[in-house]
Amino acid sequence: MLELKNVSFEIKDEKDNDKEIIRDISLEIDNNKFIAITGPNGGGKSTLAKLIVGIYEPTSGQIIFNGQDITHMSITDRAKAGISFAFQQPVRFKGIKVKDLINYAAGRQLSIAAACHFLSEVGLCARDYIDRDVDASLSGGEIKRIEIATLLARNTELSVLDEPEAGIDLWSFSNLIKVFEKMREERERSIIIISHQERILNIADEIVVLKDGQIVAQGPKDGILPELLKGTEGCRFYQ
Amino acid sequence: MDKIQRDLLKTIADIHEVPEGAYNIRANGATDSRATTENINIVSKEDKPGIDIIIKAGTKNESVHIPVIISETGLKDLVYNDFYIGDDADVVIVAGCGIHNCGTELSQHDGIHTFHVGKNARVKYIEKHYGENDEDATGENVMNPTTIVYVEEGGYMEMETTQIKGIDSTVRDTKAYIQGEGAKLVVRDKLMTHGRQHADAIFDVEMNGFESTCDLISRAVARDDSTQTFKANIIGNAKCSSHTECDAIIMDNAKISASPEIVANDLDAALIHEAAIGRIAGEQLIKLMTLGLSQEAAEQEIIAGFLK
Repeated sequence: MLELKNVSFEIKDEKDNDKEIIRDISLEIDNNKFIAITGPNGGGKSTLAKLIVGIYEPTSGQIIFNGQDITHMSITDRAKAGISFAFQQPVRFKGIKVKDLINYAAGRQLSIAAACHFLSEVGLCARDYIDRDVDASLSGGEIKRIEIATLLARNTELSVLDEPEAGIDLWSFSNLIKVFEKMREERERSIIIISHQERILNIADEIVVLKDGQIVAQGPKDGILPELLKGTEGCRFYQ
Repeated sequence: MDKIQRDLLKTIADIHEVPEGAYNIRANGATDSRATTENINIVSKEDKPGIDIIIKAGTKNESVHIPVIISETGLKDLVYNDFYIGDDADVVIVAGCGIHNCGTELSQHDGIHTFHVGKNARVKYIEKHYGENDEDATGENVMNPTTIVYVEEGGYMEMETTQIKGIDSTVRDTKAYIQGEGAKLVVRDKLMTHGRQHADAIFDVEMNGFESTCDLISRAVARDDSTQTFKANIIGNAKCSSHTECDAIIMDNAKISASPEIVANDLDAALIHEAAIGRIAGEQLIKLMTLGLSQEAAEQEIIAGFLK
């Protein structure tokens, strides 16, 4: 479904030198897979997600989605091709309501009941939120859950989530795990989640460990997770 | 009334046929039609162009529509409209002006509105300004509204003022005197300029009443080569509270200047001003694009929401 071929991404640092954030990454993600990308902060995880959804364009390499080269495709075209993205820090607006965002995500005007369904799925009491502005009045946890509700409304083949656990309380977190599991089981969709959370890694089919812009480990959960759980100090992937 | 005039009326005052309740429709510089009710009287001024709108004390749930439409090119219209809202009344006043310019000459409407809001009276005032030109008609459309407001004890005045399209030059001048104890003024001003349009928005508010309040939010968008200035001067002369917010988006080559001023002449005056000008946040565009909107559609939605 998604294939990254030798993808690299460079930026200019403060001294105008080239700095490689992603180094020659190759990765294949099959249909109906749940992939967790983990690794130390600053390792390039968010950058990789943004390369997949088109916010950044690779310096070199290719990105193939369902057989189509999307390396130079715009964010909009990738979204239309079937890629969704949940931001680590969801964006706030002035004057755009929760129901507007869900309608954009669905690509049509939903009935209030249909829009509410997606909010209920992520544990929000829909009638309290549907007419709220997506602005600074929403708490971090509320806006994160609305972000995930927009993914459900989009219902695309591939969803990329950047640290969905950040800012979410424990109770909501358990429910979100169920949402992710349901997304995969009922909808037969592929999910890429960037996460540090053991409970998210634990429901993944495959774990990819990213460090210094490179994949340092990759494989089925059962092989990678025990190594990660030996503790950060002793974990070879985090050193 | 012809189709152009009827369309203008619909745009600025959401009127299809004859409005309910009291109304005065002014077309091309003269009264077109008028209706009064038992509680709301409308009288033409003797000494200058314009009308007095007299609302009896205790009038509840009634509305007054006083739209102005201009469909002749080169017409310059000046009116003085004075509103006397009796104590304890609760009314909606819908004003607004629409210009359809079919020629090359400048069409202009200057409306000077003065409101006297009585004790414990509530007024919601809705004003829309709109201009349009025939294809190839280059005549400028100018509107200079002046609004003067006096709010007495316990009175409440809410102004929803909008200018979204088609006005080449405007000076929007609002002066408010919040006189009585517990009196309140709420302003929601929305402004968008295009092309080479210019707009000045000026708000001078004097808060003289004990525990009077003012809540003024201005949202502005300047596109193309248009320019805007925003000036707000809020003076607290008593124990009072006020919140002013000037929030603006600039696009293309547009320019906006905002000069907020707050003056506290009383130890218990609590005055806040927030001002922000900037382009559409890149992350807002990206977010909507990840939902499948094109960049242009995302911009449109963000602007429409901002000015909603």
